[in-house]
Amino acid sequence: MTAITDRQKLQYMAAKAADARVNVELETEGMILNMGPQHPATHGTLRIVARLDGEQVISAEPIAGYMHRGYEKLSEVRSFPQVTTLINRIDWLGSFANEVPFILACEQLMEIEAPPRAQWIRTLLFEMSRVANLILFLGDMGVQLGAVTPAFYAFRDREFVLDQIEAVTGGRFHPNFDRIGGLLDDLPKGWLAETKQVMVKVRRFCDEIDDLLMGAETFESRMRGIGVIPPDVAMQYGLSGPNARGSGIDWDNRRDNCFGLVYPELDWKVWTHPDGDSYARFWVRLQEVREATKMIDQLCDGLPGGPIMAKVPRIIKVPTGEAYVATENPLGEMGYYVISKGGLNPFRVKIRSASFNNVSITPWLLRGVYVPDIITILGSLYFILGDIDR
Amino acid sequence: MIHTVLGLELAYWQETTLRVLGGLVMLLLLTGGVVYLYLFKFVSFMQSRLGPMEAGPYGSLQLLAEVGKWLQKEDIFPEDADRKIFALAPAIVLASTFLMFIVIPAGPNAVVSDLGTGIYFVLAMSSLSVIGILMAGWASANKYALIGALRAGGQLIAYELPLVLATIGVVVAAGSLNLQDIVAAQANGEIFGIDWIGNPFVITQFVAFMIFVISVQAELTQTPFDMPIAESELVAGYHVEYTGIRFLIYFIAEFATAVAFAAVASTLFLGGWALPAAWGLGTGVMHVVGPIVISTKAVLLVGVVFWVRFTLPRYREDQLQRFAWKFLIPLALANIVVTAIAKVVF
Repeated sequence: MTAITDRQKLQYMAAKAADARVNVELETEGMILNMGPQHPATHGTLRIVARLDGEQVISAEPIAGYMHRGYEKLSEVRSFPQVTTLINRIDWLGSFANEVPFILACEQLMEIEAPPRAQWIRTLLFEMSRVANLILFLGDMGVQLGAVTPAFYAFRDREFVLDQIEAVTGGRFHPNFDRIGGLLDDLPKGWLAETKQVMVKVRRFCDEIDDLLMGAETFESRMRGIGVIPPDVAMQYGLSGPNARGSGIDWDNRRDNCFGLVYPELDWKVWTHPDGDSYARFWVRLQEVREATKMIDQLCDGLPGGPIMAKVPRIIKVPTGEAYVATENPLGEMGYYVISKGGLNPFRVKIRSASFNNVSITPWLLRGVYVPDIITILGSLYFILGDIDR
Repeated sequence: MIHTVLGLELAYWQETTLRVLGGLVMLLLLTGGVVYLYLFKFVSFMQSRLGPMEAGPYGSLQLLAEVGKWLQKEDIFPEDADRKIFALAPAIVLASTFLMFIVIPAGPNAVVSDLGTGIYFVLAMSSLSVIGILMAGWASANKYALIGALRAGGQLIAYELPLVLATIGVVVAAGSLNLQDIVAAQANGEIFGIDWIGNPFVITQFVAFMIFVISVQAELTQTPFDMPIAESELVAGYHVEYTGIRFLIYFIAEFATAVAFAAVASTLFLGGWALPAAWGLGTGVMHVVGPIVISTKAVLLVGVVFWVRFTLPRYREDQLQRFAWKFLIPLALANIVVTAIAKVVF
């Protein structure tokens, strides 16, 4: 064993210190990128705080609540018919679909049923709001990827659908048309034929999107294999709607849990895609728009006659009880848990909106992706801020 | 050196001033025309809307209105910005664009400076803009601007190579680096004895032309290669913090560069200002017709760029780099080899 001189010891220590200095200098800090609340890709005011290493995301956290309007609390001081005005504004792109589950829950508590014609028209408008909502998604996905043109086509063709909704309800965005026990009014004259023509236009738009976006190689390379959600993870996070069906979960409230609407009488199909990536979610939504146009055609053809309003008291008091009704809204499962104490107002309304659960998966999903993919993944999850914050 | 213009004898500085002014007027006219024609109208018709209709007939004065608006806006410096560099960056980007125009010929004598190494001067000047962009991104003290600038740096350097390699095919075929010689080679050339369209290199150098146009699309950071701007993710990329007149400079630079690259591409591949020699037009006619010919070609090429821009979605940064390094550059190298062999054989 050789003796270590002091000089050698000092040399060794100096070398170690130099190494440590280099290590400290080379160690780079990650960057925290704050996306939102004002950012063009967040559809409103969602905020994503992402820790980056270069262009790669280490962790990302969504922060919601910048648009919280307190609808659950506000509905407690509104009478039952007044609540629809509020909940119209939850998912503002498919407004009519928001009203239906609440009205159905109230009808369940009051033990009345809307007449068949009212149920058919409800289903019809429900599917029209789905078309209006998802058309915008199809165009908007292009904008997220840098192709602006599809968005203009989407706005152009959505206008036809909104015109039809306006012709019936008087409102483009906030129809406020559904009533406990039926509907406010009947369809205008000649509306059914016009609607079928509009559906031809919507189908043409779907083909256009099929060519313009899904036919582009860039689109596939940006969407395929990006943001993959396996079915078990999707179930754990409570994903619903097209996001779950894009992961291969064969669940659709319209088919499996239908209440008060006439889906069982129609000939249609639930589309699923096994891949679970952004492309699958886009594809499922495109197929759903096509399927919805077919359903609307059938609904227009088979519309029964009769009254549109059941017998309801002039002043609506809902008997004591609790009810939960969920429907398959454009964004996913939307449900209202209504508790009534027998008064004019609901005692408590719990709103289960689809986007809140759909966005909750983002911290898991965004780990390790690149910055541009944050945008495509958020775009393909398709949330609406009103639906997250309520 | 004394030149005579319309009977007046001009000194060198007078002549150069005239040439520079002529080049500037042509550049700005073409840029304005391109913005109106494509960004305002062509795109609007693609997207089933009308575009500007109020300012002037069919909105033709819209661009002037926009410039007026930008000039009035407040010139904001971010608080943490590196003020000098922040202010200088747009000027460098614009200078890089204007310098490209010095050697592009628009007629038998309509060129600011007829350099012997013309094409490499153009490519060298075009890469100057990277410096301006990196300066802008760094000086803005903004994370989005920084990411955008770094993406732009990586992208412009990656696509500079296929751009240069694509021109080598043309240089080999023409036997000169001088742009006037390249134009003359195309006008006087023939393809297998057929000379009525001359020999525009777009036919014999088709692969190089495609590589050049794709690389130009990337150099201009237009979709599908617009990650540095990427309005849906980076808001506006490296010029996110710029307002008013400085943003206007970036705007002019973007479209003027599009015109410049289109003019270079038409000079290299579409025969430039010249009409085929077989048509027997004299030099006197070409003094007038030449600028019109090259302007038409350049504007049509810019149209292709914008057509693609407003149709396709964008790539991701890594996909773009892969495309440049693994596909375009090997293809361009193969093109050079094939061209060289063909040059020797024929």
